[in-house]
Amino acid sequence: MRKSGVGADRTFQWITAGAAWLVLLLLGGVAVSMAWGGRLAFETFGWQFVTGRNWDVVAGKFGAFVPIYGTLVTSAIALIIAVPVSIGIALFLTDIAPRWSRGPIAIAIELLAAIPSIIYGMWGLFIFAPFMAAHVEPWLNAHVANKALIGPLFSGPPIGIGMLTAGIVLGIMVIPFIASVAREVFSAVPAPLKESAVALGSTRWEILSRVTLPYTRSAVIGAIFLGLGRALGETMAVTFVLGNAHDLSLSLLMPSNSIAAAIANEFTEADTELYRSSLIALGFLLFAVTFVVLTIAKLLLLRMNRQLGRTH
Amino acid sequence: MNRMLSALPLAALLAACNSNSGNQSTAGQASGAQVTGAGSSFVYPVLSAWAADYEKQGGTSINYQSIGSGAGISQVKAGTVDFGATDQPLPSDDLAKSNLAQFPIVIGGIVAVVNIPGLEAGKLKLTGPLLADIYSGKVKSWNDPVITKLNPGVTLPGANIAVVHRSDGSGTTFNFTHYLAQVSAAWKSGPGEGKTVNWPTGVGGKGNEGVAGYVKQIPNSIGYVEYAYVIQNKMSYAQVQNSAGTFVSPNAESFSAAAESADWKNAKDFNLVMTNAPGKNAYPITATTFILMPKQPKDKAKSDAALAFFKYALEKGQDQAKKLDYVPLPVALVQQVESYVSANVK
Repeated sequence: MRKSGVGADRTFQWITAGAAWLVLLLLGGVAVSMAWGGRLAFETFGWQFVTGRNWDVVAGKFGAFVPIYGTLVTSAIALIIAVPVSIGIALFLTDIAPRWSRGPIAIAIELLAAIPSIIYGMWGLFIFAPFMAAHVEPWLNAHVANKALIGPLFSGPPIGIGMLTAGIVLGIMVIPFIASVAREVFSAVPAPLKESAVALGSTRWEILSRVTLPYTRSAVIGAIFLGLGRALGETMAVTFVLGNAHDLSLSLLMPSNSIAAAIANEFTEADTELYRSSLIALGFLLFAVTFVVLTIAKLLLLRMNRQLGRTH
Repeated sequence: MNRMLSALPLAALLAACNSNSGNQSTAGQASGAQVTGAGSSFVYPVLSAWAADYEKQGGTSINYQSIGSGAGISQVKAGTVDFGATDQPLPSDDLAKSNLAQFPIVIGGIVAVVNIPGLEAGKLKLTGPLLADIYSGKVKSWNDPVITKLNPGVTLPGANIAVVHRSDGSGTTFNFTHYLAQVSAAWKSGPGEGKTVNWPTGVGGKGNEGVAGYVKQIPNSIGYVEYAYVIQNKMSYAQVQNSAGTFVSPNAESFSAAAESADWKNAKDFNLVMTNAPGKNAYPITATTFILMPKQPKDKAKSDAALAFFKYALEKGQDQAKKLDYVPLPVALVQQVESYVSANVK
């Protein structure tokens, strides 16, 4: 009896280890096969492929700087919008909302996460972009574009399609991911901790900033990573509202391109060896960009933990 | 997108009559299996409509995948499909190397669409070089003297022109930029021609529906789409000056005039891009889809079945093409195609 139990335990261990290794293996396999598929582009252009701004199919010159820039900028806008909103939603749902309303709102948020990205894209193109063009962007042009420093970011033709619109749509898309995880972890904060804070006379803001967030920090940052990963790789919604132009511009109102959108747009008709290889290399770069961004975030988190550990 | 939708019921029909097709089969007698093809998405709606009708009349079933011209070319070269379809003709030496035959199957028009508030459809006149300058970002405003001089009596806003182009690689872009390269030396040496080019300015929409959507959303914009999208979305188009100096509106007659005046007789393997056709009433921006087939097919029965289908399409399917806003091939060209096919595909 006991013997077979040990055997079963060992088998179970092997199965779980296999599942974990399978993920690593797949990850490595994807990275290697994309690097291999893109080797022609890397060999031909070298570092120029990453730093070059030119994406000229006719002349056979490929540089991925614009899509990399567009991917990072739109994802940054998305997080700037999504993180505070999501944490607000999660906090409202765990601490503030009347108990009867928590369930329906939580379900609504999870439903938002299930909407296919092409629906967000169509909504963005047909409803949100005209709204941006008619109301938001003219206002930005009139009131923000003349300010120092941030002015150049918000001056440009108000056509409603560009990095700002794409970033906002992406932000809306990642809110449910961050909010639902944050809600889960916030509700796991032990009630006695919060009650003690209340007893000491803390406001809601103080409970959030001194109890809930420090207690759940690594889980919340994990949720933000999840949202960031989705934003970096999002394809269809971005394709609809980003403008898909290989132009580099400081203005957020101008069209740009993202790595995923460029691949989706151009792969079907990529009929030269170098073109196809460049698009695969672009895929590898998305992989690399995501990896670098997540690594930096992880390192920051580690440092933060260590510092906090010291002061406590 | 609309165009795809209109073809859907036909595709369903095609599936529905799969069951009774084998019995009274005449053309497809030689082969029980279905013929497969792949390539251009431009031709997909009409090809699937033909396939449905053909099968209803007892022909072989045709399975066509609209995966893009580039992919269609590589598939037919690799021999994984019985025929390929491309919007950009292959040069003769390339065809010879892969031992392929090539012939045109249907023609469509590419239309410059504009969204200028208050402008009547078809009132705006443009020339080829002007189109090139707009797409290069050299002419920036609708009341630029070059435009107003062409359009006396038309009130044009002082607004900036928002340029819209395709973001995905496409035969439509190839034919459009091919036209611009022919009429503008600066365009030829600059962005050049191709299924995707390095656009100097503007925003990119995915597919015809993407460009149509952007043009409808952005005031004072200009874009280029297939003719069917202009009709179905009731978009405002511009007249374009052809090589004979006439300003022509895009419609079935002007597309046919282009097809008739193009010099097909002297085009080896039909390697001819029909833009900027010489006829007096010819519309200058058109697109042709070409079929690619192996000259010595591995499976002769299937190749014969495919040829029988194309014969049907060229002779009896042209009304169907008109209904879907394509342009039938001129009679003389059909005859030329048929003699080419019987001489080249064994």
